[in-house]
Amino acid sequence: MIEWVWLIPALPAAGVIINGLLGNRYIKERAHYVGVGSTALSLLVALFVIGAAIKNPGPHNVRLFDWVVAGSLHVDVAFLVDPLSAVMLFVVCGVGFLVHVYSIGYMRGDPGYPRFFTWLNLFMFSMLLLILGNNYLLMFVGWEGVGLCSYLLIGYWFERKSASDAANKAFIVNRIGDAGFLLGIFLIFKTFGSLAYAQVFAAAPGALSTGVATAIGIALFIGAVGKSAQLPLYVWLPDAMEGPTPVSALIHAATMVTAGVYMVARSAVIYNLAPDALLVVAVVGALTAIFAASIGLVQNDIKRVLAYSTVSQLGYMFLALGVGAYISGIFHLMTHAFFKGLLFLGSGSVIHAMSGEQDMRRMGALRKHIPITAITFYIGALAISGIPPFAGFWSKDEILAEAFKSGHYVLWIIGVATALMTAFYMFRLIYLTFYGASRVAEHAAHHLHESPPSMTAPLVILAGLSIIGGAIPGFPPEKGMFHAFLSQVPGMAPAGGGHAGLVGTALAAQEGAQAAHELSSAMHWFLILLSVAVAVAGWALAKHFYVRRPHLPERLARRFGGLYRLLLNKYWVDEIYDAVIVNPCKRFATFLWNFDAWVIDGIVNATSRLTVLNADFSAFFDRYTVDGAVNGLASVLQGWAGVFRRLQTGFVQNYALAMLLGIFAIVSLYLFV
Amino acid sequence: MDLSFLFFYLFAAVAVGAALVVVLNRNILHCAMALVLMFFAIAALFLMLGAEFIAAVQVLVYAGAIMVLFLFVILLIQIDRVQMLRFAHRQSPLVVIIAVLLLAELLYMIIRGTLGIAPGGADAAAAGAASGSTEAFGALLYTTYLFPFEVASVLLLAAMIGAILLARLDKEEVGGVSRQDMS
Amino acid sequence: MISLQHYLALGAILFAIGVVGVLTRRNAILILMAIELMLNGVNITLIAFARHAGNLTGQIFVLFIITVAAAEAAVGLALVIALFRGRDTLNVDEIHLLKW
Repeated sequence: MIEWVWLIPALPAAGVIINGLLGNRYIKERAHYVGVGSTALSLLVALFVIGAAIKNPGPHNVRLFDWVVAGSLHVDVAFLVDPLSAVMLFVVCGVGFLVHVYSIGYMRGDPGYPRFFTWLNLFMFSMLLLILGNNYLLMFVGWEGVGLCSYLLIGYWFERKSASDAANKAFIVNRIGDAGFLLGIFLIFKTFGSLAYAQVFAAAPGALSTGVATAIGIALFIGAVGKSAQLPLYVWLPDAMEGPTPVSALIHAATMVTAGVYMVARSAVIYNLAPDALLVVAVVGALTAIFAASIGLVQNDIKRVLAYSTVSQLGYMFLALGVGAYISGIFHLMTHAFFKGLLFLGSGSVIHAMSGEQDMRRMGALRKHIPITAITFYIGALAISGIPPFAGFWSKDEILAEAFKSGHYVLWIIGVATALMTAFYMFRLIYLTFYGASRVAEHAAHHLHESPPSMTAPLVILAGLSIIGGAIPGFPPEKGMFHAFLSQVPGMAPAGGGHAGLVGTALAAQEGAQAAHELSSAMHWFLILLSVAVAVAGWALAKHFYVRRPHLPERLARRFGGLYRLLLNKYWVDEIYDAVIVNPCKRFATFLWNFDAWVIDGIVNATSRLTVLNADFSAFFDRYTVDGAVNGLASVLQGWAGVFRRLQTGFVQNYALAMLLGIFAIVSLYLFV
Repeated sequence: MDLSFLFFYLFAAVAVGAALVVVLNRNILHCAMALVLMFFAIAALFLMLGAEFIAAVQVLVYAGAIMVLFLFVILLIQIDRVQMLRFAHRQSPLVVIIAVLLLAELLYMIIRGTLGIAPGGADAAAAGAASGSTEAFGALLYTTYLFPFEVASVLLLAAMIGAILLARLDKEEVGGVSRQDMS
Repeated sequence: MISLQHYLALGAILFAIGVVGVLTRRNAILILMAIELMLNGVNITLIAFARHAGNLTGQIFVLFIITVAAAEAAVGLALVIALFRGRDTLNVDEIHLLKW
């Protein structure tokens, strides 16, 4: 069965080709047959492959063909099936399929319907390539592919300036991270002479010095920071909410943004050799978690709250990875995919019902009108807040426990504080949206309606997964079947678990220290109770603020006006980036442009600085001649100006002349030098 | 003096003269006719070089197909509007200077033998007989160069589809380009 | 016996004339014609070399060049037609979409 794994990405790719070529003209509003059908088949194959992987965890390498053979670089197109990619496969195919189904209802009637499904399928293909590839280069291809799809889908409604700006922002910010990832890949190739996971990880414990491992780890993490929206590159994700809501759910909550988490977990062997890089991961993760959560407290746009929540939860995952609890991080990735996918789809259902309104201040009391959405949303909120026995509780509790065990108490406290904020902003959202007095605008109130079954069915399924998705694989904590399954992946086994051979030498020294941190069962229970208590406290606080005393938030906002504005304006990070990075960049680019123009002028005309000044002067003159002023010197100066201006005229022949000059120069070099 | 010298200089002179007409004449139809003449002269030179098949292809494809295509287009686009061509391009003097210099360099290289070519001789003449065989040419084309040959056919297909699509573009679509230009 | 150098010189001359044509003519069709001139200059060089080296590889090359030239002429002329429809001109110095 495993050798059929190539079908999983191939099916969505076929969907892309069919919908992409025939969609606009022939398939039109039937595009979902192709889009959803290919994803459903892909999910079916994926389930078989996952079943096979559970029976025999592998790792299985399925090699299709040589891809790049150049010198010592040899890269195959080959897929890797092991427990880690099986889990990712389940998340991507499962949530992906549900979102496709949901899109049938949500996108109905949109003029770009086939385009939407084409890109959604393209995303599935890229994401599956990313998680199934057995080497870093294939992962990078998928990585760029999902980035492209993210760009295309954020800017799906490209006629809106804000959407196309957001798409550009996402693309450009991601470039920064991708550059880091690429550097990491270069370093890996330079060190190991190979990019295949198997070879790299087998050679790593011996071949990798701590310094190089740290460099690789940091470089890869920069890539993860961009893709997974961590500090300081998280700014694109909230803006990405300009895309259609199913896109937000699939790409910007459940799958693509977790690619960074997957990449770091996949590189666990390398990170285990680089404790410093791990510390960076943990600190960035924890800071992002609390930073984004605090912004989420006061946002009014329903999707933006969820966006900041996603950033914050991704921070949790990186915190887990950073303290060496890779399995817990992946566990949270999975549960998060369920409940955040649910919440986003739920918010889409709300927006659908509200005829496009996204501002929570104009909602309220919606639970009577859209009961299924309200109930499933409630379940999602319970799950993300960490109320047992819902999914989020199991994974989040594990992360906090691991952070505590690792001895980074500050990070642990940050994590607990973030949990409090999470519960608060989620229930704030619930109470503002579904409870209290209705603040719905007249025209929207008329059209309030529950979404069609194609939209509610995915909600119900995801709600089910949010209920059981944590308890079944995660019970008992840290010893459940999820851990047993994933600890078969090299480097991911818990550090204290006696896998010294896999974990490597650098961490071996820490093992003793970590073993000392192994918790007593009383301590464990205390931590569990604490995290539940924190979640309930956040819930209660939200209820107090937004149900019992609805005027309290306003008064507080007025009392702490500075703090409120700071949070509402997202710490002015966008403005700071504009002032500190974007505008200097633009100025620098303008400077470069000027530099370019001047230097090219100089070289091609083989004249000195004097002639450049002359050209400026003559261009100035030229304006006068155009205006009609006749001057005796004009002909000379105009001649110069003509020569200079012709360099960037846009006329092909001028560029061809430059080529001729180049050929002439080369032949002259050959003859005379 | 070998008779082949006579023919070489004859065809070479025709080719160069026709080429100059193509580049210098103001009437586009005359240019096209001169180009046909040049193709024939080149084909004759190919024959002298023992490349019979290429010479045939030159006549069929170049003089036959490509030039007919050119003439079609010239006639399709109202001829009177393009017939008398404005000529003096502002960069012309520079182009001519550079081209002459480049040509001088090339000829210097060719004549002084700085290209590292062994002087042609008896072996070349002997090999020439073998290389003239169309049969050998076909065998080589369909064995060693089979794959490039197939790729070339795909290229032609792509060019055909592309040409059809481009030529069918509506005025509005092309106009869209010019609107973008304005912004 | 005509030497290799004769043919190479002829090829170079044709190529140079073609270059001048491409760079100085304003009419798009004539530019395409001048490109054919350049290609013929190259072709004759290749055939002469093939003869000189005593094998057929050069002739194979020429065949492919002719193929590409045919494709180029077809697409180029299609562009000319599209251009003429849209712009009502064939003068390349009135077309500067590449500007910045």
